[in-house]
Amino acid sequence: MIKEKENTEPKKTKEKSKTPIIQIKDLHKTFGVDNEVLKGVNLTVNQGEDLVILGRSGSGKSVTIKCIVGLIVPDKGEIKVFDEDVLNLTKPELNEIRVRIGFLFQSGALYDSMSVRENLAFTLKKHKRELTAEEVENEVIEALDNVGLSDAIDKMPSELSGGMQKRIGLARTLILKPEIILYDEPTTGLDTITSREISELILDIKHKRKTTSIIITHDMACAKLTADRIMVLKDGVIHAEGTYEELEKDEDEWVRSFFE
Amino acid sequence: MIFTLKNTFTEIGSATLFAKQFFKEVFIPPYEAKEFLKQCYVIGYKSLPLVAITGFIMGLVLTLQSRPTLVKFGAESWLPGMVALSLIREIAPVITALICAGKISSGIGAELGSMKVTEQIDAMEVSAINPYNYLVVTRILACTIMVPILVIFADAIGIIGGYVGINIHGDVNFYRYLTQILQSLEFLDLIPATIKTFFFGFFIGMIGCFKGFNASNGTESVGKAANSAVVTASLTIFILDMVAVQITDLFF
Ligand SMILES: Nc1ncnc2c1ncn2[C@@H]1O[C@H](COP(=O)(O)OP(=O)(O)OP(=O)(O)O)[C@@H](O)[C@H]1O
Ligand SMILES: [Mg+2]
Repeated sequence: MIKEKENTEPKKTKEKSKTPIIQIKDLHKTFGVDNEVLKGVNLTVNQGEDLVILGRSGSGKSVTIKCIVGLIVPDKGEIKVFDEDVLNLTKPELNEIRVRIGFLFQSGALYDSMSVRENLAFTLKKHKRELTAEEVENEVIEALDNVGLSDAIDKMPSELSGGMQKRIGLARTLILKPEIILYDEPTTGLDTITSREISELILDIKHKRKTTSIIITHDMACAKLTADRIMVLKDGVIHAEGTYEELEKDEDEWVRSFFE
Repeated sequence: MIFTLKNTFTEIGSATLFAKQFFKEVFIPPYEAKEFLKQCYVIGYKSLPLVAITGFIMGLVLTLQSRPTLVKFGAESWLPGMVALSLIREIAPVITALICAGKISSGIGAELGSMKVTEQIDAMEVSAINPYNYLVVTRILACTIMVPILVIFADAIGIIGGYVGINIHGDVNFYRYLTQILQSLEFLDLIPATIKTFFFGFFIGMIGCFKGFNASNGTESVGKAANSAVVTASLTIFILDMVAVQITDLFF
């Protein structure tokens, strides 16, 4: 079994023995006439790995992960998730994959006509129809406990602060127990203590549920804690790649500037 | 000029595709019964006061305005019938639909527009819930059913308004007033008038959803979506009404 090998092998060769879960090849996307955002992004995320993507604001990080779940259709390129070619799937096939992927939106994207409870229960009820009302309620409470917001259960999104919305969004993403999680800036707008708690939660989920994730962040503390590997996006391509320690000492000053 | 014309046609094209999707998805499960009922409540029940007030005023004003002319010809007894006929055939459907365009279409446009802008629709999409089915089908269906009901309600209130109008100048028994109306009304007056209200309802819902669903990014587009939903829906109602009158004219 691959798993047994992992433990005995040293860290460097560990990646090679793993199965790739997300593979992106030569991804291109242009918005409008001349806003060329992605100019050939290549990346691979292996089973059980946390990949952190860094990059300036507007460099196309969100666009990249939106392509993975089929929210944005790229102009050119190949995306494979669980060995399925995402760009050539029918709607039902794509939906089967989407259920296995959790997506945390940069904005939280809570349904603002629903209370926090309904926000969390909504997806759960739609996909796990066999659950009783009581089971749904328990799952909702557990998910809220995870992000430390169990007393917000009856609030409406408009009554929550930005940071709280973000954490509820995270709880909603995690409630379906996805195998892949795409985090778009999970700690932005949170205080340092909460940021740290969220980063630890991400790490915790990875260990407990063996999830594979991509984490977009500007928060270097979060990156340091969660990253198995870091990629830096610049001018529409992956500009640098390595572990936190490697990139921290990178010869490129621009890359190093992220770590200051 | 050519550019706006091209835009208009592109828009009509995509709106047609959007509407086509409705007929494709309305029959396919999952049926969102709960959301549908909620929309019926929001769209129908919450519009009742507005429709009641306008309906009453329409009946009242129409009676007061028509009365002098009819009196001149000594045909005052035609007044209830004439008012009821114009209310049911034309005025109540169109005015009620216009009010719904202002209230419902813009409401839906703004609601879905802000859901689009804040990525809530994307959030549904990525959690493998069909946002079209959940948000659009329910709303269009609710509008198609509730607008005709609101129009019938406006008819009734308008007739009561007419009664009040008549009683300002004379003393007419309500029973007699109703008999006069029923005498001049034929069943065939009701059918085309009712049929067209279903179309009004469908387009009010469809245009609101279409504008909201296609709002571009940025908060100002929410206002734009709401605004252009009202304008487009109102214009569509007039065009539909004209077509409906022509068709009725051919057959009856
Ligand atoms: N739906 C869209 N339509 C048009 N342009 C878009 C769309 N989404 C993104 N863009 C453009 O793509 C570029 C990259 O956007 P993206 O959201 O990926 O940036 P980002 O790297 O996530 O930045 P940030 O750190 O600020 O979130 C921007 O120039 C933006 O204008
Ligand atoms: Mg982003």
